[in-house]
Amino acid sequence: MAEEIQLLKGNEALALAAIRSGADGYFGYPITPQSEVMETLMAVEPWKTTGMVVLQAESELSSINMVYGGAAAGKQVMTSSSSPGISLMQEGISYIAACELPCLIVNVQRGGPGLGTIQPSQSDYFQATKGGGHGDYHLIVLAPASVQEMADFTVLAFDLAFKYRNPVMMLADGLIGQMMEKVVLPEQRPRRTMEQIKEQCPWATWGKPSSRKPNIITSLELDSKDMEQNNLRLQKKYKEISDHEVRYEEFETSDAEYLLIAFGACARICQKAVEEARAQGIRLGLIRPVTLWPFPYKAIAEQANKVKGILSVEMNAGQMVEDVRLAVKGNVPVEFFGRLGGIIPTPDEIVTALKEKIIK
Amino acid sequence: MENDIFKPENLVYTKTPVLNDTPMHYCPGCSHGVVHKLVAEVVDEMGIQEDTIGIAPVGCAVFAYRYFEMDFQEAAHGRAPAVATAIKRLYPEKYVFTYQGDGDLAAIGTAETIHACNRGENILIIFINNAIYGMTGGQMAPTTLEGMKTSTCPYGRDTTINGYPLNITDLLVQLKGTRYITRQSVHNAASILKAKKALKKGFQNCMEKKGTSVIEFVSTCNSGWKMSPAKANEWMVENMFKAYPLGDLKDI
Repeated sequence: MAEEIQLLKGNEALALAAIRSGADGYFGYPITPQSEVMETLMAVEPWKTTGMVVLQAESELSSINMVYGGAAAGKQVMTSSSSPGISLMQEGISYIAACELPCLIVNVQRGGPGLGTIQPSQSDYFQATKGGGHGDYHLIVLAPASVQEMADFTVLAFDLAFKYRNPVMMLADGLIGQMMEKVVLPEQRPRRTMEQIKEQCPWATWGKPSSRKPNIITSLELDSKDMEQNNLRLQKKYKEISDHEVRYEEFETSDAEYLLIAFGACARICQKAVEEARAQGIRLGLIRPVTLWPFPYKAIAEQANKVKGILSVEMNAGQMVEDVRLAVKGNVPVEFFGRLGGIIPTPDEIVTALKEKIIK
Repeated sequence: MENDIFKPENLVYTKTPVLNDTPMHYCPGCSHGVVHKLVAEVVDEMGIQEDTIGIAPVGCAVFAYRYFEMDFQEAAHGRAPAVATAIKRLYPEKYVFTYQGDGDLAAIGTAETIHACNRGENILIIFINNAIYGMTGGQMAPTTLEGMKTSTCPYGRDTTINGYPLNITDLLVQLKGTRYITRQSVHNAASILKAKKALKKGFQNCMEKKGTSVIEFVSTCNSGWKMSPAKANEWMVENMFKAYPLGDLKDI
């Protein structure tokens, strides 16, 4: 069968891909610029076809705790929101990480701080990659740069979440969520049967048979010796994820003298900036981290040895640039260029910034 | 000589296997132990141990999952009704109940409580109201009575500063999503028998798709109230029952 190409918004592609990924439940609360996710699900009514539950909660606090409950019972569940709503979810996200519950949390970022703006931004990089909630934990963070990736990463996110028993965040932005592009949706996967859930999630609370002890999902441990062990177990898992799941893309890096580093929507703009720079005779390349955690430190460090300078381009005040500098370890100059408050940088601006800050 | 009486024919009571042998952390005299026992007995008698999922709160019952031989989740403070909502929606064939205190259910979790009830989730909410925060050492609760002393209202609850005792169960009665709401206690044999019947009804309702069941237990906290267990029971009858009268408030 020929692949069916559709024209969809990123948010719509996410919703439809969620159904096709075999998701069991979506719990959310409306917030711009991602409300089309739940609107699409409610219009499609997947509970009549795949049996997927879709529920509008009374708050993001409630929706993330619904995700906690569903994930702790072994189901494939998700939520989506935008920056202020994701802030509200941080308590629940910390609990989910602590209890090692597989789930998908999508942040279609808008500009902050505070109520901020409904325009696109990447200013939740720190929140997504460095914690956000309390305690030592990590989310696996995927940054889509196209509508196609909004769909593809939905499936990938659930696969990674269940592989590592870890929450995955898709860190999109209002630009990717709202723009329309051609997309081929993933194949419909059947929802897992009860037998498959029991096999995949023997730890989950799906009702205690006489053959096993009760399954308890809790993050509470008052004995410090045991709590340290719990933390060390998490850290061991994070090391394993860091060793195996780093994803990135390179663009025109083979002969590059200078390098841009950008993720998500900014990486798309930077591709154009690379083309413009090369038309002017500047040998510019781009590394696009696809996983923001684990971050591609090694790939950037290797490229850093071959170039004269690096510019990190972000729609924020300079967040990922800190990780770029950690990777580069001072071997070459690393500068930052960004626009704030919902303004999207142009390729021209980026090339100009490269000339002013790096090439000089 | 005394061992002679340990014969099967002399046995008048056996602890339900749904409750395990872990020593409880609750203070002697506290109502939690009795309610735990009743929940376990009802689950046992209904034969639903394999199909029941409990949600523990933050508060004195934070370790409830240590005592029940059932699958359990520990919710963040106040979020148990949201957690239970998802489990029940995803597993409609399971019995799902929350077990929450007054701070959890009627302060930090007020929104989750009201909206789960308003959606008519087919879950059972067990609500222990002892008018104080026991776990954190005796602070004022939303249900603390007027004039009642706690560590954060040491001269008594002053309504001009702290507002009024929140009778959240009466509020829930008005919601169309609630099906069965009752206020019980476990301070004497008669009340324990009634409470057990209420719990059985609450669990049975989980399968009837007619809305949320809420059972409030007006309870004692003799440690927090700084009274002997016997005195705490007397004080509860004299004072708590006036503010929170026992009986069925809704049964449709």
